[in-house]
This record gives sequence, C-alpha cells and structure tokens, in this order.
Amino acid sequence: MNYFPDEVIEHIFEYVGSHRDRNALSLVCRSWYRIERCTREKVFIGNCYSITPERLIQRFPSLKSLTLKGKPHFADFSLVPHGWGGFVYPWIEALAKGKVALEELRLKRMVVSDESLELLSRAFPNFKSLVLVSCEEFTTDGLAAIAANCKWLRELDLQENEVDDHKGQWLSCFPDSCTSLVSLNFACLKGEINTGVLERLVARSPNLKSLRLNRSVPLDALQRILARAPQLVDLGVGSLVHDPAMETFAKLMTTMNKCKSITSLSGFLEVTPRCLTAMYPILPKLTSLNLSYAAGIPGSDLIKLIRHCKKLQRLWIMDSIGDKGLGVVANTCKELQELRVFPSDNIGQHAAVTEKGLVAISMGCPKLHSLLYFCHQMTNAALITVAKNCPNFIRFRLAILDATKPDPDTNQPLDEGFGAIVQSCRRLRRLSLSGQLTDKVFLYIGMYAEQLEMLSIAFAGESDKGMLYVLNGCKKLRKLEIRDCPFGNTALLTDVGKYETMRSLWMSSCEVTVGACKVLAMKMPRLNVEIFNENEPADCEPDDVQKVEKMYLYRTLAGKRKDAPEYVWTL
Amino acid sequence: MSTPLEHDYIGLAEKKKIPSSSSSSSSEDGKTFKETELRLGLPGSESPERKPLSGVSLSLFGNLNNNNNVMNHHVHVAGAKRGFSDAIDAKWAFSDAHGSDSDLGKPSALFSPRGSGNVVGKPPLDPKTISTQQGNSINTPASASQSIKESKPLQEKNPQLPATNEHASAPASKAQVVGWPPIRSFRKNTMASNLTKNNDEAEGKPGFGCLYVKVSMDGAPYLRKVDLKTYSNYKELSSALEKMFSCFTIGQCNSPGLPGKDGLSESSLRDLLHGSEYVLTYEDKDGDWMLVGDVPWEMFTDSCRRLRIMKGSEAIGLAPRAVEKSKSQN
Repeated sequence: MNYFPDEVIEHIFEYVGSHRDRNALSLVCRSWYRIERCTREKVFIGNCYSITPERLIQRFPSLKSLTLKGKPHFADFSLVPHGWGGFVYPWIEALAKGKVALEELRLKRMVVSDESLELLSRAFPNFKSLVLVSCEEFTTDGLAAIAANCKWLRELDLQENEVDDHKGQWLSCFPDSCTSLVSLNFACLKGEINTGVLERLVARSPNLKSLRLNRSVPLDALQRILARAPQLVDLGVGSLVHDPAMETFAKLMTTMNKCKSITSLSGFLEVTPRCLTAMYPILPKLTSLNLSYAAGIPGSDLIKLIRHCKKLQRLWIMDSIGDKGLGVVANTCKELQELRVFPSDNIGQHAAVTEKGLVAISMGCPKLHSLLYFCHQMTNAALITVAKNCPNFIRFRLAILDATKPDPDTNQPLDEGFGAIVQSCRRLRRLSLSGQLTDKVFLYIGMYAEQLEMLSIAFAGESDKGMLYVLNGCKKLRKLEIRDCPFGNTALLTDVGKYETMRSLWMSSCEVTVGACKVLAMKMPRLNVEIFNENEPADCEPDDVQKVEKMYLYRTLAGKRKDAPEYVWTL
Repeated sequence: MSTPLEHDYIGLAEKKKIPSSSSSSSSEDGKTFKETELRLGLPGSESPERKPLSGVSLSLFGNLNNNNNVMNHHVHVAGAKRGFSDAIDAKWAFSDAHGSDSDLGKPSALFSPRGSGNVVGKPPLDPKTISTQQGNSINTPASASQSIKESKPLQEKNPQLPATNEHASAPASKAQVVGWPPIRSFRKNTMASNLTKNNDEAEGKPGFGCLYVKVSMDGAPYLRKVDLKTYSNYKELSSALEKMFSCFTIGQCNSPGLPGKDGLSESSLRDLLHGSEYVLTYEDKDGDWMLVGDVPWEMFTDSCRRLRIMKGSEAIGLAPRAVEKSKSQN
C-alpha cells in the first residue's frame, strides 16, 4: 500500500542504514522489497555459506559494500582445523563477473589468497576500502597489488591477520599519484618496512586520519611521520624503544604536542616504559586506548598512564594492570563504555586480576556496556554486585583462566552470579560463560536473557536440560557455540525448527552422536549440518552411535557447499 | 623459595592448595577418591608438576585420546559428564613412564588439537568433582563417590602414549587445554614472540622471562647488569654481587686484601657489604629506594627495577637497621 511515489520512499530509505532495519523494511510488502533491494548499497553476510554470491548480486544491483564472515567463531581458538573453508576468491570472482561496482570489502575469518587480492585490485576501478580481520593466507604480495592498482584507495585496514611477509616492498607500490589514503593499518605485519617510503606516503596523504604502524617502525621514524600528519585521529605506535639520542626523544615529545586530534592510541608492541612520557600530551584527549599488545609495559607504568586518561571510553589492556590498577581505572575513567582485560604471561601472580578489579570497575564506571574479562577467579557475590552497578551491559564475556573454577569463597558454581547478570541486564546481547556452572545458569538465561543473540558456553552444564532451557527461552538467539558440555541428542533434536531462526550452532566435544546429526540434517534440508572427522580416512562411514567431535550447523539457501575439505561431512 | 607459582592460564598455581595426596598408580581400576583429585604430580611425587597423573585424568571422564590423530568411538556412559579432562589432549597428560602400566582403554575422541595443541600436563577438571576439590576444600566423599559411580563404567582409560613426550615436556609453565583460555591465536602467537623478543633485548625490566636490572655501586666507574631470575634467594644475589664488584673495593678495603686472590677479596668485600661501608638497595616499581632484604624474594624480583650498592653513610634514612649496622661495625 503505497501512498507515496517510489522516489519518495527511496529517499526515505536512504536514511535507513543499518542492515537489520533494511532487512525489516524489505519484509513489509512487495514494493518496499523492490525499492529496498534496488537501493541497498551495503550488505552484511554473517555466514559466507548461507547464500551464493550470484544470488546476492541478483538481489542487490546497487551493491557497493560487502561484509563477509567465514569461519565459525571458535576458529579463533584453533578449534577449526585448517582448510575448513571461508574462501573469498569465489565471491570476488562472482562480483567481478557481475560487474558490481564494488567499493568496500570487509572480511572476517576468511581465507584470502594473493590471487583474490590481485583480482580485487583489478576488477573494481572504484574500489576504496579493504578491511581484513583475522584472515589468513595472503602475503605482502597481495598487499602490493592492492597498493599498486587501487587508484582511489582510502582504507587499508589489517587487523590481526596472519600475513606472510615476503621481501617485496609493498608500501612502495603505492604510486605517487595515490593521495587518497584516510586509513592505513598494518600493525599485524611482522616484517620490515621502508620508513622513507612510509614517510613520503604519509606526506602525500592529507586526509590520513588513522595510521597504525607495525613494530618495525622505530622512534625516530615515528617522529618524522607524525610531524607530517598532525591531523591524525587514530595512532598505532609500533615500537617505542629508547633511542640513545636524547634529541630524537625530545623531538618526539614536541611533535606529540602538536598532534591535537589524536583520540585513539594503540600498539606499543615494543616499548621502553620510560619512553611513554612522550605520549603524555595526548592522553587527556584519548577516548580509545588499546594496550593489549603492550607486554613491555609493567603494571605500574600502566597505572601512571591511565591516571591521565580521564576521557577514555574504550580500554583494552593486559591483566598486568592488576586489581589495583583497575581501581585506578574506575576512579579515573568515568566515561568508560568498553573494557577488555587480556591475560598476560605474567609469572607474578599477584599482578593478575580477580573479581575485585571487576567490582571496582562496576562501581566507578556506570556507563560500561561491553566487557571482555580474563581473570583468575570470580565470585557470585562479585557478579551480583556488578549486575547491580551496571545494568546496561550489552556484551558480557567472562573468561576465567581455570575454566571450571567455582566461586573460591563459597565453592559454589557461578550460576547465581551469571543469573544476576542476565536478570539485571535486560539489554544483554552477547554472553560468554566460564567457571563452574550447572544447568541452573541456563535456566536463568532462558528465563531472563530475552535479547540474547550470541551465547558461548564451555565446560558447563550437567544435562540436556541446560541446552534446552536456552533454546526454548532465548527467542532472539542467533549464534550458539558450545564446547565440552554434556549436551546430547535430546537437546539437539527437541526443537529442530529453532536452528532456522539462528545463524549457526557449534557443538564440539559434547555428547551428540552422528546418528542424531543425520536425523537433524534429514529433517531440516535448509541447514547444512557439518561434522568434522579429522582422524578418520575420508571414505570411512562413521558409525551412527559414534559421538561427534565437532559439529557446525548453519542455515543456508546455498545448499551443500562444494569446497569442503575431506574431513568435513555435510550430512 | 616457596612453591613456584607457575602461572598459567588454568591457574595451576591454585593446585598447590589441593591436598596433595600422593598420586596413585594409574593403572588401577579401583578408583579411590584421591585419584579423582586435581593433582599435578607424577605417581609418588608430591610436588605440583606439569605432568599430571594418568589415572586421574582419565578415570572419570571417558576415554581420552591417546594421540592427536585418533578420533574413534567414544565409549560413552550415559549420564557421565564429559569433563574438562576430556578436552585436554591426553598427549601432554601422560609421560611414557605411566604408559606401560596403564590399562589402555579405548581411545576416545578428544579435542582435536591439530597443531595448536601445545597442551601440557594438567589434571582434568571434572566440573562435578572439581567443585569439591578445588580451592582449599577437602574432598567431600559423597559427591565424589557419586561422580565415581556415575562414570564407573568408564574405568581406567589410560591412553597409550604415543609420542607425547614432546608435549609432556612442553614449556613448563603452560598447561593448557586447546582453545582455552579463549584467546585469538594471532594474539597468542604475537605475545609468544614478544616474550622472546623482550628476553633478547632485555633492558631494564621488561617484565617477563628474565629480569635484567642494572647494578650500580657508589664509586665504581661503570655499572653491571644482573638477571634476577638466575637467583632464587637473597644470599645467591648477594654473593653474586660480591663477586662482581669485588674488583672495585679492593683498594678501599680496610683489611689488607690482595688482589687476585678470590678468597681474600671476596671476604673483604663481604665485610664491606655486610659490615660497615655498603648497603644494598633497590629502586622499586614506584621509584622509591628500598633496602634489599625486607620483602619475600618473589616480591622483590617483581618490583625491583635496579640495584644500587650504596655507601653506608648515604643509607641514613633508608632504614634504621642499615644505619645501626654500619655504626655497629665501625
């Protein structure tokens, strides 16, 4: 029912950006579906195997920006064997064939070959932005192709990728005519780069706002680069190691004083702590600070730094800061919204963090809504306090280093603590559990976590009931990943329709058998049920009663995929 | 030195609190309570070590994989919980010392740890039994026997021990389950290489792996560096420093010290250090100068940034003891 001409609706739709909203729009009526699909420029595909590239191109002719995710989340933790899939080449090939005017490609956990980067760089003359997160299999040769061929490149953002560094000088491949860079992040590269080339690149990129260096860029080069880019907003320092020439250091301090726009700081892969004083001029303005790779900064120096960061909204840090340090964070960073505390290899145990640090944070930072917290222990009392202090959690991820540790004060499981979290944080969308947990915690989750979309469970639960509570209760569940829990066939098969409402389910080292997976696959043709059989010869049919080591199922319109390795059985 | 607080992701350091009943032989079927305890020692050993008991890890929780590449049937007992242990790659769990004795149960599928398995010995943590065993508590017979009952049919499943040695003797302080704690492998790899790098370039106190600190001595023309990690107590440190700086003090020694004679110069230096003239001090993390020897060794190595062998006369105000000591000896 349209009271407006199409052009008006199109115009209105321009204001609708989020893909979820757009998805909703497209379901209203046929004409809205049509208008929406013709005007959508950005598409997000959470599972690259859920749909074929051809179908995507067919539906969205105006496609300019594509986000793709490949491997399941647990691949981050080495649970997915090599070669599983997530190859981007077929997508790039199809997009090229379909003459899509691609401008932006964002990939996460995908296999990106140099060939795909080559093809990408040549097939899309308007290509502007490449973001690769946790990808693998490309080398600096692929980067060279991007640098050389993408005339209008604005963004090259490499986050935590495994990149093979070949001896070629990929940075030199940016032609002199390339002046459009806005964002360049190569912090994850391990090799040397030519700092002279980098300096010149920075010098001719007046729009450069974000620059993240790798560890091969020394202090003096950093100073020269920053001198040419005082307009930077986001800086990743590769290495800040003492230069014997005091002059360079003094120069750096002067230069930092001129960088008045930096609000985001990261890196310090190599650092001499006393050089951090050079950073002090920019600390008060920082809204984002990522020191999670700065193993060289001892806790005491971290604390000294933090005291200056009153405007911080996002903090990623290592647990060497200690509970005491987190107390300082709580007192200083009143605007804190996101906190991630990563475990260090610190042998001095007293420097690590416990529930005390988290409680302190919750008391001092009421705006906190995202948390990733690796700690040595957690108590129910602490979680209950945190739940009370911070009812705004959207993401709450707790990783106790000893995965099944109970509350050390009471020796009880952490059911009540997490129960309090889900009960209090009604907007919780993502939750990761750890510590000793019975079925009860899942009862709570099913009851209270109404907005929960992603749940990660490890070494928890007692029976199928646990998983069933979750499947029944969490209506908005999209991703469920379970490892080492006693959930079996009953839990898997009770509500098979549920899985079509979800993106994916991962179960590894649980009690599910091959037979049950077969039943599931048969009942639900629009699911790909993959089981990984790494240790058996490919032609050996697994026994139905055999337990499945790893199962990954996902809804799909693309049918069984053709690029699965031998050890993956799609049932 | 106290039991080393090996600090690994699974909080192994906790383990020292666990009543360390001696690890029983791994091959018995009769599961006693003790065998279900969290333990790290080899049979017969009491100290927490990286190699856990074969028996412990397998008994309750089903079959453990005997090697990375076997992913066969699970012998599964209905109702038995798959515990933490199942997730642990048995490779590291068993030294071959136990292998021969063990009752080789059916191998079961474990975490398939392809390549990532630098899993080293750690006793499994069955959520059920762990609850009664962890921390400081004494095992509650009731729940333990219940868990034992539940998994009884599983009996002893000591896996064969194929080349587990390399894993069993993997870096001492790392006893990890594949994929736990959940850290991106990129981050893990980066931190690992950071560690080596920092060790190589150790300057001041990088904080991990080694602890090179500068040592200065008042009046000496140049400084030295020592790795605090190579000493385990103050005595060792002090004698090492004595040896290092003896050459600077010969001339100032009150007693006739003949250069070149180790014994003589050492003793004169010792006299100096412990006696009248010199006091060993250190700068801690907060930048304060402290007297060496007040805090436990571990705490000292954690907070010490540099050392200074200070003239007694300057040590006034640092600590009354030092002053009195220097006065009394003069």
